Amino acid sequence: MTGRYVVGRVADIPEGGRVLVEVGGRQVGVFNVGGSFYGLINRCPHKGAEMCKGNVVAGLTSARPGEFEYDEGTALLMCPWHGWEFDVRTGQSWFDPRTRLRTYDVAVAGPDEVEGMPVADRVTDRVAGPYVAETVEVGVEDGYVVVDLRKARKARATRETPEARPTEPAGKGGDR
Amino acid sequence: MTTALLAGTTRDELWPDPVIDCDVHANVPSLEALFPYLSRHWVAWCTERGWHGPVGGVNLAYPPGSDRSCRPEWRPADRPPASELGLLQQHVLDPWRVERAILTCYYAVDALRHPDWAAALARAVNDWLVAEWLDRDPRLAGTLVVPARDPAAMIEEIHRVGDHPGFVQVLLPVRHAALWGQRQFHPVFQAMTEHGLVAGLHFGGVTTDAPSSTGYSSYYVEEYAAEWQSFTAQVTSLVSEGVFQVCPELRVSVLEGGFTWLPVWGWRMDKEWKGLRREVPWLDRRPLEIIREHMRFSVAPADLGTREQTATVLEWLGSDDMLMFATDYPHGYDDDIAQLLAAAPPAMRPRLMADTARDWYRL
Repeated sequence: MTGRYVVGRVADIPEGGRVLVEVGGRQVGVFNVGGSFYGLINRCPHKGAEMCKGNVVAGLTSARPGEFEYDEGTALLMCPWHGWEFDVRTGQSWFDPRTRLRTYDVAVAGPDEVEGMPVADRVTDRVAGPYVAETVEVGVEDGYVVVDLRKARKARATRETPEARPTEPAGKGGDR
Repeated sequence: MTTALLAGTTRDELWPDPVIDCDVHANVPSLEALFPYLSRHWVAWCTERGWHGPVGGVNLAYPPGSDRSCRPEWRPADRPPASELGLLQQHVLDPWRVERAILTCYYAVDALRHPDWAAALARAVNDWLVAEWLDRDPRLAGTLVVPARDPAAMIEEIHRVGDHPGFVQVLLPVRHAALWGQRQFHPVFQAMTEHGLVAGLHFGGVTTDAPSSTGYSSYYVEEYAAEWQSFTAQVTSLVSEGVFQVCPELRVSVLEGGFTWLPVWGWRMDKEWKGLRREVPWLDRRPLEIIREHMRFSVAPADLGTREQTATVLEWLGSDDMLMFATDYPHGYDDDIAQLLAAAPPAMRPRLMADTARDWYRL
């Protein structure tokens, strides 16, 4: 978990694209969302799936049946095992009032910009889940995408929520 | 059997405090009993044809002579069971000293395909219920029947009698040609909430389709044992289709359908929702949370295990407020309300016996 690693050129990861790299002994998914780069450790905080291989989808909420709010400004990574949605930029899970993924900040260490770690909270109609995926910082320097493992944010799962009721079987709410 | 006759115990020994029975039944004794509530046109419609009532009525699921259909102690010699107020008073209302009882009459109006005749018969049953039951005993609160094949006619009948102070609920047979959560029924639920009526999802119903999800069974034992399939299908539909987002005030009672399946169904549904949420994005909460807010369940019949097992299931419900006492008069099951009460935590007992139903039905 030390050091900074060049993982590719900016041109290698077009908007909406991603690469999966191994740096410092860790697998990191680097995503280009709207021209900004974000990094997530390739391990779902729920059950350990290689989450960075899941589909990236837009936000989708609804106030009532038949009405859809499709939010392309939000990028959600769906873990391939259970379909849970994690915000690519923050690692926040949005499926379940108890879970969250931890994002690695993938900053673009370019000559003119350094993308910090946005604390995006666009999916405001939904209740944040208990997991946060592990994020890494990703930057762009001179047209190269650089992953900085020194600025990782650990995955976590919040547990003290009203949802933790005795109606749940032991473990995490009856997950497979 | 405690629910039936308080045999071997007394009302006060079993439960000294208020009792509300959320599921007692009235049976239409004969088609002729409804003639005073039908126009001459519809009376002639029956008499000219020698028609004697909907095929597939209560007898479809309850053979007339079966002890399931009527507990022997409650079976009158000269009339159909539960066919007049005096019987209900003698068998349940008086010995149980009920504060209130929710009366439901299933007359298989939903079996009729003639849209006008179905609507006329529903009106007659409701007017008969008002005149011969609800207006004659203030302890009763009623469930109105609707011509369930026709959403527009359902709404019309709800508007016609929904404001009668005696009615608190609308009968929705659990077996139906379509799942109740689907869009064509949303205006029906809106009409119910306009009149402050509960949707009573109740055992029964005549559909073209098989009563099970995979064909006709051979025996009644299968039908009774597997009926919860129909209930889970309807509950799943109501939740998934977003009925409670369309009608945030809607209350649904699940009657004569058991309740022990609920937590297990809920775990499955909650889990599927996490992964497939995008299909039904209007579901902004776990399905079980929606159920706890919008549904209550009668306790007869109940699939009780040992006291310890029953206590575990009650804990899994996650609320002291989900269950409502019922005798299911005149049907005969082997439920033991004393066993259920013994398994229930003390705080749940008064809720189960009366408080939940009183709040739920705004009695």
